[in-house]
Amino acid sequence: MPSFRNSPPPSLEFVDETTDSITLVFKGELRTDSVSKVWGKARKKTSSRLFSTVIIDVHNINYCDGTGIAMLADLLLETQRRTNVDITLEGLKEDFQQLLDQFDLKHFKPEPESKAKSIPITEEVGLTASQFLQDLKELISFVGEAFYSLWIALKHPSTIRWKDMLLTIERAGVNALPIVCLICFLMGLIMAFQSAIPLKQFAAELFIADLVSVAMLRELGPLMTAILLAGRSGSAFAAEIGTMKVNEEVNALQTMGIDPVRFLAIPRIIASIIVTPLLTLFANFMGLVGGWVVYVSLGFPTIVYINQIKSAVTLTDLWGGLFKAGVFGLLVAGIGCFRGMQTSMGASAVGQSTTRAVVSGIVLIVMADGLFSVIYYILGL
Amino acid sequence: MTIKNDIVIQASALTCAYGTSVILDNINFEVRRGEVFIILGGSGCGKSTLLKHLIGLYQPAGGSIKIIDQDLVHANQQEHRRILKNIGVMYQSGALFGSMSLLENVRLPLEEHTALDTHAMNLIAHMKLSLVGLGNFTKHYPSEVSGGMQKRAAIARAMALDPEVLFLDEPSAGLDPITSSELDALIRRLAESLGITFVIVSHELASIFAIADRVIMLDAETKGIIADGPPVTLQQSHSNAAVREFFNRGKHNNITQVED
Repeated sequence: MPSFRNSPPPSLEFVDETTDSITLVFKGELRTDSVSKVWGKARKKTSSRLFSTVIIDVHNINYCDGTGIAMLADLLLETQRRTNVDITLEGLKEDFQQLLDQFDLKHFKPEPESKAKSIPITEEVGLTASQFLQDLKELISFVGEAFYSLWIALKHPSTIRWKDMLLTIERAGVNALPIVCLICFLMGLIMAFQSAIPLKQFAAELFIADLVSVAMLRELGPLMTAILLAGRSGSAFAAEIGTMKVNEEVNALQTMGIDPVRFLAIPRIIASIIVTPLLTLFANFMGLVGGWVVYVSLGFPTIVYINQIKSAVTLTDLWGGLFKAGVFGLLVAGIGCFRGMQTSMGASAVGQSTTRAVVSGIVLIVMADGLFSVIYYILGL
Repeated sequence: MTIKNDIVIQASALTCAYGTSVILDNINFEVRRGEVFIILGGSGCGKSTLLKHLIGLYQPAGGSIKIIDQDLVHANQQEHRRILKNIGVMYQSGALFGSMSLLENVRLPLEEHTALDTHAMNLIAHMKLSLVGLGNFTKHYPSEVSGGMQKRAAIARAMALDPEVLFLDEPSAGLDPITSSELDALIRRLAESLGITFVIVSHELASIFAIADRVIMLDAETKGIIADGPPVTLQQSHSNAAVREFFNRGKHNNITQVED
C-alpha cells in the first residue's frame, strides 16, 4: 500500500580505514527527512583526518532524492577545500547520476554563511540624516501637491470623487463616533473627579464645571478626537494607499493620466476636514456630560452646572476648538495619505508606513496644537 | 525504478464552491505516481480553484480528496501537517517572502521541517536555486530580481523538501522560451528519475505537449471535466470539437502538432 515515506533511515559504515584512505558505504534510502544523521557523520569523518583517498560506495542506495544528491555533492566538494585528496563515487544508479550531473561540481561554489555587515556609527548617522532630509523633501513636495490639488478641486468641485468622500466620511466619522464619545465621556468624568479632591480643600468644587468646560472645548475635545482619528483613520489611509502602491495600482493610475494625489488623497483629506470638527462637537458634549455626572454626585443641581459653564466659556472658545479640529483633520489625513504614497515594495513596507502615519500624525497634531496656543494667545482669544 | 501505478491523488465527487456559487461540480479523477498531470481550461473555468482545493487551502463543498491514501478533507492537524510536508506548491505570483533573500526563502521549509545543519541547508538551497538557473542570485532579495526569476525561485522553494507531489500554478507563464524549455526538461527529469508527481495548471501548449502524461480539461459551462487523456490524443481525436480547437489554438489555425 502506498504511503508517505516511512522508510528506515540510511546507514553508513566505514570500511578499509587506513591512515590515509577510507571507504564510506551507504545503504538504504537517502531522503530529506532521514539523511541528516549520516550526512553529519560522513562529513565529520572525512574532515577528521587528512585522507588522501576517499571512496564513496553507494551500490546499495536504492533511492536518493535531491537532499541525498546534495549530501553526495557536499562530500565530493571536499576536493575544492583540499587539493591533495582523491574522492571517487562508486555505484550511483543512472537515474541519480543524472541528478548529480545537473551540477557542475568543478565550478560550483557554495556561498559561505554571510554575516550581517556592521556599519560604522558615523555612516549610520549620515545615512539617517540624509534619509531624514529626503523624507522632509518628499513631505514638502507632497504638501505642495496636495494643496494645489485641493485648490483645483475646490475650484472645480465636479472633479472631486464625492462617492469616495462620502464613504470615507462614513468610515472615519460615523463609525468613529462610539469610541470618540466613550473616551471623551471618561475624560470629562476623570478630570472632574480628580480635580474635585484638591478643589474641595479650598471649598471650590463649584468651579469643576469651569475647568471641565474650558479644558474640553479649547483643548482636549479637538486633541483627543484628532489622536483617535490618527490611530483609526490615518493608519487606515496609509495601509489602503500603501497596499495599492505595492500592487502597482498607483502606477496604473499614473499611467492612465490620473493624478494619484487628486484621486486618492483629496477625497480622504476633505472628508477628514469635514468629519473632525463634527466629531469634536460630540466629544465636547460627552466630556461635559462626564463632568456633569461627578458634579451632580457632589450634590450640585444641574442648573448650577449649566450656568457655571455659560459663564466660563464663550462661543469663541467653541469655534476656536472646532477650527483647530479641522486643521488636525487635514494634518492626519494628509500625513496618512503621504505615508501611504511613500510605501516601498513588500508586505512589511505597508506595516512600516502605517506605523509612521500614526507616529507622525500624532507628532504633527501636538506641534500644531502648540502653535495654535501661541496664535490664540496673541490674538487674545 | 519508478512505480507508476500507485495512485497519489484521488478526487471523488469533488464539488468546489464559493458560498452558493458552484465552480466545479462532481469532479472525479486520479493522479498516479510519477505522472505529469496538467489541469487545463479556458480562463475562469476553475483551474486555480481546483488547485487550491487539492492543496487544502479551501474546504470542498462536497466529495473527498485523498493524497497518498490520506484524507485531506477530514485530516486532523497532525495528519494535515504531514501531508503538507510531502507536497510543494508554487503560486502563480511566486509568493516569495520579501524580507528574505532567495537563499533564505528556499531554506525556510528546510529549517522548519528537517534536522539538517546550516551548512547542509545552505548547500541544498543553493543547489535548488542553481537547478532553476539562479545559482548566482542567492543573496538577492525578491524585489531585486525580475518576475520570471521570482517565479523560478518559487519553484526552487517548492522543491526544497523534495516533496512527493509538486503543485505548480502556471510555472512557465512569464518565462522566456529558453528558460521555459529548461524548466520543462527539469520537470520531466524529476518525474522520471525520482517519481515526483506534478500537478500543473498551465496554458502553454508547447510546454504541455513536451511534458504532460495526462491532461484534464475543465469547462466553465458544464462545471466539470470535458476531456481527459494524453495531449496528443486529445488534440487529434477527441470527440468534442471545442477540445480539439483548444489544442489547435482555435478554429483557424492549421498547426497540427507542436514540436517538443
